[in-house]
Amino acid sequence: MSSGRDAILARVRKSLARGPVDDGTRAELQARLSGHPRGIIPARSNRDHGAQVDLFVEMAEAVAATVDRVASPDGVPDAVGDYLAQHNLGADIRMAPDDWLESIDWTQRPTLAVTKGPSAGKDEVSVTAAFSAVAETGTLLLHSGPSSPTTLNFLPDNHVVVLRSSQVVGAYEDAWDQLRAAGAMPRAVNFITGPSRTGDIEQTIMLGAHGPRRLHIILVDDG
Amino acid sequence: MKTTTRQFKDNARTALADTGLQSALDKMETGFVVNRANAAARLPEFEALRDQGRDIKNHTLEHLDFYLETFEANVQKAGGHVHWAATPEDARQIILDICRSVDAKTVTKGKSMIAEEIGLNEFLEENDIAPIETDLGEYIIQLRNEPPSHIIAPAIHVLKEQVADAFHEAHTDLDPGRSLEEPQALLDEARAILRQKYLDADVGITGANFLIAETGSSVIVTNEGNGDLTQTLPKIHIAVASLEKVVPTLEDASALLRLLARSATGQEFSSYTTFSTGPRRPEDPDGPEQYHVVLLDNGRADLLGTEVREVLRCIRCGACMNHCPVYGAVGGHAYGWVYPGPIGSVLTPTLIGVEEARHLPNASTFCGRCEAVCPMRIPLPKLMRHYREKAHEEKLTPAAERAGLGLWAFAARRPGLYRWAAGLVIRVLGALGRRRGRFASLPFASGWTRYRDLPAPQGQTFQQQWAARNGRRGRGA
Repeated sequence: MSSGRDAILARVRKSLARGPVDDGTRAELQARLSGHPRGIIPARSNRDHGAQVDLFVEMAEAVAATVDRVASPDGVPDAVGDYLAQHNLGADIRMAPDDWLESIDWTQRPTLAVTKGPSAGKDEVSVTAAFSAVAETGTLLLHSGPSSPTTLNFLPDNHVVVLRSSQVVGAYEDAWDQLRAAGAMPRAVNFITGPSRTGDIEQTIMLGAHGPRRLHIILVDDG
Repeated sequence: MKTTTRQFKDNARTALADTGLQSALDKMETGFVVNRANAAARLPEFEALRDQGRDIKNHTLEHLDFYLETFEANVQKAGGHVHWAATPEDARQIILDICRSVDAKTVTKGKSMIAEEIGLNEFLEENDIAPIETDLGEYIIQLRNEPPSHIIAPAIHVLKEQVADAFHEAHTDLDPGRSLEEPQALLDEARAILRQKYLDADVGITGANFLIAETGSSVIVTNEGNGDLTQTLPKIHIAVASLEKVVPTLEDASALLRLLARSATGQEFSSYTTFSTGPRRPEDPDGPEQYHVVLLDNGRADLLGTEVREVLRCIRCGACMNHCPVYGAVGGHAYGWVYPGPIGSVLTPTLIGVEEARHLPNASTFCGRCEAVCPMRIPLPKLMRHYREKAHEEKLTPAAERAGLGLWAFAARRPGLYRWAAGLVIRVLGALGRRRGRFASLPFASGWTRYRDLPAPQGQTFQQQWAARNGRRGRGA
C-alpha cells in the first residue's frame, strides 16, 4: 500500500503548507525523541523511598488489589500458601520461569504444586515477578519475555505478583528510564492497576470481567 | 453502519419518550461526572496537565508526517507491519486480506471506535468471518444488533433486564431457566462464553489509544482485560488506529494517560494499559506471531489544514458527552452515527459531510461544559459554531431560517432601525401579554412555543435599559 502511504503523507504536508520537514527541524525532532523529555510529574510521588512504597500500597489497595508485606524472600512460599488457603484455592500454582522466583526455596511449603510456563487457560492461580511498580497510582509494570509469559497476567482467575520493595519507583517516567536501561522495548509492557473490572452493566462496577478476578501483591522488604 | 444523522430531530423526540433510556441516562450525572470531578480535585497538577496535553498534541500534529514515518520505521524494526488506509474501504480490505492469509474463521475484537467508523463487523460477516466483540458493553450491543451509544460505555443505554433478555436469546446452550437477575450473573456468563472465544480466535483486532513513534508501539487502555486477551492469544494481532493517535515518546504517552482515565471514568488509572511492540520474539513463550497496524486517514489529513483541526487532539475519553445536557437528554443513538455528544457534533460533519450532519452542530445549548472538561482543551462550541456557519453559507438550512437571519442581519446593521423595531415589538408584546404574563403561542414563533411559553416582555429593551444604566452611572458606552 505504498501509494496509499505516499498520498496520505502528501495530504498531511499539503495541510501543513510545507514539504517534508527540513533538516534543521528533523534534527530537533530527532533530539526530542532521543532525549524524551519529561513533562509535569505529579508531586504526590516525590517523597523518600519508604514513603513511595507506602504510597504504592495505599494506591493499589484503593483499586481492590490486596497487599501482603513480608520481611524476606523466605516468607514468600508461606504467603502464597496462606493466600490459597484463605480463598479456598487448590495447591496448584502456575509460576513464571523467573530467576529470582526460582531462587526462592519453594519446598518450605511442601503442599504447593508448582509448575512453570505460560498459561493455556486452565490455571486458577499464577505467580509472577514484576519488573517495577509505580507509586503514583499503585501500578505494577510487567513485561513479556522468556521469564515472564504475558498469558499469566490475564488468564488465571487469581494473579499473585511478587514484588520487591526496591523495585518501587515514584512515577511512570522512572519506570521507563529503568526499562530503557534494561534494553530494547519488550513485545508487551503491561501496566496493571488492580484486578479486572467493568462498569458496562448499568454503570455498576464489578470485578473480574475478563482478566483476573483478584490481584494479590506479595511485597518483599529488601531495603 | 446505517446512518440516521439526518433524522436527528425525530431520533431525539423518540429518545425523550423512551423511559428505559431516560432512567439509564439519569445515572450518568451521579457516576461519571462526580467521579471525574473528584479525580481532578485529587491531582493538583490536573489543569497544568491539560495545558501540557494540548501542547503535546499540537506539537505532534504540526509534525505529523515526521512522527508517522518514525512510527512506521520503528514498527518495522520490531518485526511488525504498517498498512496505510486512505479510506474505510481500504482499511476493511487490508484487514480482510490479513484474515484470509491464515484462513481465519473467527476474529475477536477489543473495543475500537475506528472499527465502528469503517463498519468492520458487517464487512467481515459478509465475507464469512465471524467478528466477536469482547468488551462487555460491545458484546451486549453486538447481541442486540445495535451501534454503541457512548464511546467508552457503549451499552450505557441498556438496562440489566435487557441484557438478560439478550443473553437468554443468544446463549441457547445454557439452561433457559437460569436466573440472570443479578449483574454479577450476567458478567459471569459473558466471561465464561467469551473465554473460549479468545482461545479459539484466529485473529485479534484492537484499536489503539495511542501510537508511540519512538518505539513503534500501539497502546490500549482497558479495565476488563479483554483487549489484552484479544491481542495476546491469537496468531495475529491487528491494531486499527487513525493517523492522529501518534505521539512522540513514552513520556508523552504517560502525560496523556494521566488525563485519560481521570477524564473518562474518574479513575486514577485504568486497570490495564498495555504497550505492544511487534510480534512475539524468538525467545518469548507466548504472544502473537504477527503484528499489524492499520493506519486510517479517512479525511483526517485534509482536516489538518482546516479551521477544525483542533478536533484532532481528541483522546476519546467521553467527558464531553458525560457532561453534555443534550447528550444526557437524548443519549447517543439519536446522533445517528459512530461518534455522539459534542465531539460527535464536530467529528460527524467533518467525516460524513455537513449536509448529512447538519443538525448535530445545533444539538447544543452552547453551555460550554464540554470545553470546560475536555482534557485536550478542544474548543468544541467554537467548532460547532463553525459548522453552523458553514451550513448557512452552503444554504443547507431551511429557507425560512435563512430569511429570518437575513432580516435580522439587515436590521442589526442599521442601529436606528433595530432600536425602533425592538422597541415596537416590546411595547406591542408587553401590552398584549400584560394580563397573562406569557404567551402559549405566537405567530412565527411556534418552534419556541410548541414546547414552552414565551414570557411577555416587561419595561424596556435591553439597549434602552443599558443606556439608562450607563447614563445613571455617568459612564460612556
